[in-house]
Amino acid sequence: MSAHGHTVHVPEAPTGFIRKYVFSTDHKVIGIQYFFLALTSVVVGMLLSVLMRFHLLWPGAKVPFLQGGVMTQAQYLSLVTMHGTMMVFFVLTTAPQAGFGNYFLPIQIGAPDMAFPHLNMLSFWVTFLAFLSLIAAFFVPDGAPISGWTAYTPLSGIGQASGPGEGWGQTMWIVSISLFCLASLLGALNFIATLIDMRAPGMSLMRMPLTCWGWFVTAVLTLLAFGVLLAGGILLFLDRTAGTSFFLPAGLVFTDQLQPHSGGSPLLWQHLFWFFGHPEVYIAILPGMGVASHVLSTFCRKPIFGYKAMVIAMNAIGFLGFVVWGHHMFVSGMSPYSAFAFSVMTMAIGVPSAIKTFNWLGTLWGSKIHFDVPMLFALGFVSLFVSGGLSGLFLAQPAVDNLLHATYYVVAHFHLVMGVASIFGMFAATYFWFPKMFGRMMNPTLGKIHFWFTFVGAYCIFMPMHFLGLSGGIRRYADYTAISYLQPLRPLTMFMTYAAFVTVTAQLIFLFNLFWSLKKGEVAGKNPWNATTLEWITTSPPPHDNFGGQFPSVYRGPYEFNVPGAREDFIPQNLEPSQVAMGAQS
Amino acid sequence: MPEAVSDIEEPAVALLDGGGGRPPDPGFGDDGGAGSWRPAGTPQSTYTTGMLVALGGISMFFMALVSASVVHRGMPGSDWVPLHPPSILWVTSALAVASSLTLVRARRMFKAGAESGFSRWWMATAVLGVCFLSGQLLAWRQLVSAGVYLASNPSVGFFYVFTAAHGLHLLGGVIALLWIGWRQSHGWRKSPGISPGTATAVAALYWHFVTGLWLFLFSFFLIGG
Repeated sequence: MSAHGHTVHVPEAPTGFIRKYVFSTDHKVIGIQYFFLALTSVVVGMLLSVLMRFHLLWPGAKVPFLQGGVMTQAQYLSLVTMHGTMMVFFVLTTAPQAGFGNYFLPIQIGAPDMAFPHLNMLSFWVTFLAFLSLIAAFFVPDGAPISGWTAYTPLSGIGQASGPGEGWGQTMWIVSISLFCLASLLGALNFIATLIDMRAPGMSLMRMPLTCWGWFVTAVLTLLAFGVLLAGGILLFLDRTAGTSFFLPAGLVFTDQLQPHSGGSPLLWQHLFWFFGHPEVYIAILPGMGVASHVLSTFCRKPIFGYKAMVIAMNAIGFLGFVVWGHHMFVSGMSPYSAFAFSVMTMAIGVPSAIKTFNWLGTLWGSKIHFDVPMLFALGFVSLFVSGGLSGLFLAQPAVDNLLHATYYVVAHFHLVMGVASIFGMFAATYFWFPKMFGRMMNPTLGKIHFWFTFVGAYCIFMPMHFLGLSGGIRRYADYTAISYLQPLRPLTMFMTYAAFVTVTAQLIFLFNLFWSLKKGEVAGKNPWNATTLEWITTSPPPHDNFGGQFPSVYRGPYEFNVPGAREDFIPQNLEPSQVAMGAQS
Repeated sequence: MPEAVSDIEEPAVALLDGGGGRPPDPGFGDDGGAGSWRPAGTPQSTYTTGMLVALGGISMFFMALVSASVVHRGMPGSDWVPLHPPSILWVTSALAVASSLTLVRARRMFKAGAESGFSRWWMATAVLGVCFLSGQLLAWRQLVSAGVYLASNPSVGFFYVFTAAHGLHLLGGVIALLWIGWRQSHGWRKSPGISPGTATAVAALYWHFVTGLWLFLFSFFLIGG
């Protein structure tokens, strides 16, 4: 071994199946558990979206396994709710942070595990309980809730009287989200403590890979945001079950019944929800930004352009994310002065976002790009982030948002920038780190086919959706057949729907590649991408303590590619200065 | 046989030498020499870090509730009727302060290696904690006797939520105190794991925070009800 490390005797790996694979305290196993939980959730969420698209085109068609045969409007709304909840919480929050972060943060900083392994295990199992609770909402009387992933009051606060799914289904939703909040808080605590205290010798903050910065800022946002949602969830639960009126005003009549509430404010729920909800957008995207930066640098064989600026931009995005929640409430009748303040702060986020984008382009500029599959998805991430982010600047104007808020324009905007871009970050991470996690390569040909179908498909679904929104296409409606001014746009809707079917079907290629490669993929060495960070100096997959007792020291930054005088075009972070001329393999 | 208290106050800082971003000492090798090595488990100072981070999260939770109550009170159409906190809360507040003082005393005994004194003051803190919780339940009982229920008015609703959430956090503190007291008398596990010195320090940090939080909440009730 050319690089110096130090020997530590670590506890033996557990051998029994239950301790090793089920109730494991190993951050790598927990990361994989989160990954597969998110994978299950994304499959469920996608199937729900297919059903929604199907219903929008053929609202009278029979759906074989559906109660009653033809989908009702309430059932459509329950699909909207469950799709959003499943995707935002159990996919976009779970996979990039809890999945990949759990697996790679300790290894990338040179630690043997998370700071609190038992707490880590608890986080996963509480998340799993939250998942079961959400799924259970499908099977309670009247089915899943219809109040959307934002659970706006008063609809969500009344109970059975406010509609189908608003009884037990909505209660299960609140229980699920509250459990998810608890698990996320425990996870964030672990991430922050690990990163602050367990970095390897020499791994200063400014030598950390940008992935670690992404996970760190995300963990801070999680810590500060999820407690607020938990508080709101408890108050909402009490409104539903204990007769309180935190969010419910007087004089509400649902299904001909005057509700026994008074003095509450539905807007209070919106404030609490969006104080969580906007940072949540960055909780979803920041890990993807870290992965994209990491992968771009690796496959450009070039240091990331403006590392310090990237770190500052990530922190700035995290900070600004907490002061813009009001832009989700422009149509709530807020004071124009408040709206102006929120608008200015929202547009200010464009500055660090632009810094990141230009730095990604600066990294690409003049480099010899290796178009491997992770790189394709990282490039796709940049493209989608820019496309989706630009429409955010328009929506940041209260006057424009008042017009577009209830339309598909907003749906297109957040799907591109928060949903699909984040998913592309996850795909990049999966193709990039699969060899490290499972010791085998994923099939590159299938990966490229998967990329092109998904990339083109995503644009085919969501770019026309902007036009639908601009034309007045109202979101959340289950049936548009009676809206005459939207009928000329039916071909556009058909195009989007067929594109969605093709894109969803293309994900089978990914699933096949994933499971096939687990057993049949080409065996990966320690460092198949010739990358520089610490996960690539250990075996694939890493041993129980990550480094086989030989813990690394760090001598350089994370992206030292094509350094003059070095024998190879990459220098691992643990390579001593005196060894650079001899190279990593010496 | 429990370990002597004075032997178990570990120098947590020394355990940190191996981690945390300082440039590596080029002199050390695989033998872990030159003062730079890595603990097999969680570094002791990380428990303190973890607790500080947790307190940040707990603070946000309570600040969200406080903000919600302030907004609720001030919004147009609110039927907020100020609640006069039950007088027993003055007693429970005194108990909370007293428990923090006994904990300070217990920590001093611990550092001095006086095991029996430590156990006495440590358990006194736990008992005061239980008394505090009993007092809070009595406060609820007084309200219920007066016909003031959770749903009577938003001010009352927030009062019940605040006291319940705070009480649950304090109950967690009591459990931690009892666990540490039990460990202290029955012996601690060998490393890796939390050391007695760290455990008492982290528990004290949490306990003082919960006391401070209560004083803040009580002041909040008094000012605005």
